Amino acid sequence: MAEPLLRLDGVHTHIGQYHILQGVDLTVPQGELTMLLGRNGAGKTTTLRTIMGLWRASTGTLHFADTGLNALATPDIARLGIGYVPENMGVFAGLTVRENMVLAARDGAIDQARLDWIFSLFPALTRFWTLPAGNLSGGQKQMLSIARAMIEPRRLILIDEPSKGLAPAIVDALIEAMRELKRTATTIVMVEQNFRMAQALGDSVAVMDDGRVIHSGRMSDLAADPALQARLLGLSLGVHQ
Amino acid sequence: MLRTLLSDDRPRSRVLAGLLILVVLGLALAPFVFPGIRSLNTAATICVFIVLVASYDLLLGYTGIVSFAHTMFYGIGAYGVAIALHAMPGSWGAVALGTVCGLALAMGLALLIGLFALRVQAIFFAMVTLAVASAFLILASQLSTLTGGEDGLTYRVPRLLSPAFRMVDGQVLGVRLDGRIVSYYLIFASALVLVLAMLRIVNSPFGRVLQAIRENEFRAEALGYRTAVYRTAATCLAAGAAALAGVLMALWLKYTGPDTTLSLSIMIDILLMVVIGGMGTIYGAVIGATLFVLAKNYLQVLMASAAASVADVPLLVDLISPERWLLWLGVLFVLSVYFFPTGIVGRLRERA
Amino acid sequence: MTDQISETAAIPAAPLAERLRAQMPYWTVPALAVVGLLLIADVSTWSTLTLAGLAMGMLIFIMASGLTLVFGLMDVLNFGHGAFISIGAFVGATVLLALGGWTASESLALNLAAVGLAITAAMVATGGIGWFFERVIIKPVYGAHLKQILVTMGGLIVAEELIHLFWGPNQIPLPRPEMLKGSWVFGDVVVERYRVLAVALGAVIFVGLRFALVRTKLGLLIRAGVENGEMVEALGYRVRRLFVLVFVAGSALAGLGGVMWGLYDEIITAQMGLNILVLVFIVVIIGGLGSVEGCFLGALLVGLMANYTGFLAPKVALGSNILLMVVILMWRPRGLLPAGKG
Repeated sequence: MAEPLLRLDGVHTHIGQYHILQGVDLTVPQGELTMLLGRNGAGKTTTLRTIMGLWRASTGTLHFADTGLNALATPDIARLGIGYVPENMGVFAGLTVRENMVLAARDGAIDQARLDWIFSLFPALTRFWTLPAGNLSGGQKQMLSIARAMIEPRRLILIDEPSKGLAPAIVDALIEAMRELKRTATTIVMVEQNFRMAQALGDSVAVMDDGRVIHSGRMSDLAADPALQARLLGLSLGVHQ
Repeated sequence: MLRTLLSDDRPRSRVLAGLLILVVLGLALAPFVFPGIRSLNTAATICVFIVLVASYDLLLGYTGIVSFAHTMFYGIGAYGVAIALHAMPGSWGAVALGTVCGLALAMGLALLIGLFALRVQAIFFAMVTLAVASAFLILASQLSTLTGGEDGLTYRVPRLLSPAFRMVDGQVLGVRLDGRIVSYYLIFASALVLVLAMLRIVNSPFGRVLQAIRENEFRAEALGYRTAVYRTAATCLAAGAAALAGVLMALWLKYTGPDTTLSLSIMIDILLMVVIGGMGTIYGAVIGATLFVLAKNYLQVLMASAAASVADVPLLVDLISPERWLLWLGVLFVLSVYFFPTGIVGRLRERA
Repeated sequence: MTDQISETAAIPAAPLAERLRAQMPYWTVPALAVVGLLLIADVSTWSTLTLAGLAMGMLIFIMASGLTLVFGLMDVLNFGHGAFISIGAFVGATVLLALGGWTASESLALNLAAVGLAITAAMVATGGIGWFFERVIIKPVYGAHLKQILVTMGGLIVAEELIHLFWGPNQIPLPRPEMLKGSWVFGDVVVERYRVLAVALGAVIFVGLRFALVRTKLGLLIRAGVENGEMVEALGYRVRRLFVLVFVAGSALAGLGGVMWGLYDEIITAQMGLNILVLVFIVVIIGGLGSVEGCFLGALLVGLMANYTGFLAPKVALGSNILLMVVILMWRPRGLLPAGKG
């Protein structure tokens, strides 16, 4: 079992008067892709945002390698080597695709080799390179958002529902791109509702409900156990897309 | 009986209740307890400002809207009566006509502003009200044939309200019961009624929705309340109350001009009174207005004599000169927003 | 870094209707000019007024650009912006009056140098005060619009009173330097010399701002931050530092505008900041919060409108600008060229 790169212990997050995370314990092994599953409102996005420092944990600890994340501001958390692909993609519509990428490559210098690799995965980005990112379709924006996380080597990438609202063909392209990314042994935490994608990519899995992690283990075990799936997620593999 | 009168909005603090009783009694008996023109003037000003500030609290404290156009509505009410009485001196008909026109114009304007400014981003509202109020101020100064321009209008009030009128000959309790006393009690009674009415409004279901909107607009919308409608309604009600306050002031002063009604310094005064008194309480308006008017009248005298005593020290004398009243007001105001956001009423209630 | 389009597939051009729609905001300025021409009827008067309007617009733009960026980037409503305008004007005036010898001289170079020094002094003063204002007054109320409005308005009042304290209660006349007085006359068209300077300066600042925004990394960060500050932070940038920089720059520009406006009116008062603030708000709202380009268009529109109505119907000058704002917001509720938040 790989070393945990990210650990959450008893994390509670309040947003205003709402108690969203009610004691999240999460272990993310290094070099793997951990799927974060659960129905709407379970707290998956809140968990990612709390890791990223966009929302503060009220109690509990978050550790990234040896560093505590609780007291760090978001830019500092990002600088630890954590990339974030948010649910709404966070693409800067008024900036060109190129400018979006320049921002993501923090020193401004884009590594050409990495860029070529990204272009091989997402050819559409070359076509829109000098055009405003607002002109991109939903799927292309998602690719741009992921490309931004990939332009620099990251120690951890957080991806929130990449397949949301996308056509199945685009989802297939995304799965391929994610497989490529996994080959670099980058640690990834992905929130997904699409179980097909989850099963295709996940190594570990954590299922959330009501602000807590109610199950964690290997994806292969979950995929092989329809009864467990039904209990945790209310669906079974193969039927639900 | 008292509970219904106060619309179930009790002071919730012994000290506050005590202060309120003190204020009401003091104002009720002012002509007898504090004789003299100056004190009566202060008392009348307090009554009018209580209404004005309470109406602003409806807007700011309960609905969460910052508006800089409030003195405009105040001025509209005042000018309505002023222009009517200027045209038809001393007639009650003029008073009625002026009041109705002032109310209509104020509420109509509030409706327009509400419909427009709330349609676009809510953050624009404050800026838009500032622009509109400035434009109105300029307009009032420029339409001098109608409004008397910079100099304002003086006019004769109905006989019943003028000093020449005598209710009884001789004195009662050491005070001459003339039209000025009648005038005062008209203002006092109106103020009382209006404040109680506003208590009723903010404690009604309508008022509760306003507070919900103030707390979380999205949630209120999600719950099915058309927030734009409620806010516009609140703006109109507040504008109407402000206009009525203007009417009262116009009747008392027998003079209306841009400096007594439309100027920005009055707007700042209102802001200060509502913040220091306590936003979202209505009682805060009562306490805030009383404290403020008393302080302004009597503190300025204090400042003047203090300034005289340090007349030789160059910067200090300027700093505490009564002309610099607004400077200290501003500093006090800023400090209150940071450190004292619940105001006096809020503090008293917390302690209780 | 490749800028080449490596695929032969052409990107379909947006339909004509949509492209026209995107361009329409830019046409408002010529449109207003044409309307003005029709109403004024006399070409030379119109030319004079149009040039005056453009000059005025440029000056308002200088002062408004800072406010719109501050709002767009930081989501902060700063009513205290008017204070920077007034303070800049007074500081600049003090310098200018102290350099009486230079301003009275017949050398254009000396005149411009005097103005330049006045502007520099004003910008340093207001930039510094802006830094203080942001750290002490605004920072505690980030995110709380209501408190921001109240507190910054209070700050404006205090600043006005402080001006009274240090410079006295009266207005201070501010005559223009010798070589900037008067006008050139071309036939029936009157072109004030000072206004030419104003237009030139405004244009330089506009170009400079655009350059900084579009061509520099810092500008990139600001543009991205205006759209989505959270994402910029998630990419590892300390946006808060950017805030302070933009705020200080905006305050400095306000100070610059204050001096120029003082010379334009040839008089300065402690209230001028608040009076101009009203126009600045109108411009910022018309242009769209966070957009320098929109601000530029809005400023030109307001300048033209003020001058045309100043000639046609002086009593409703400010009202006409409010009407302009209403009309534009009915058409484009978020302003002409909103910079888009999310």
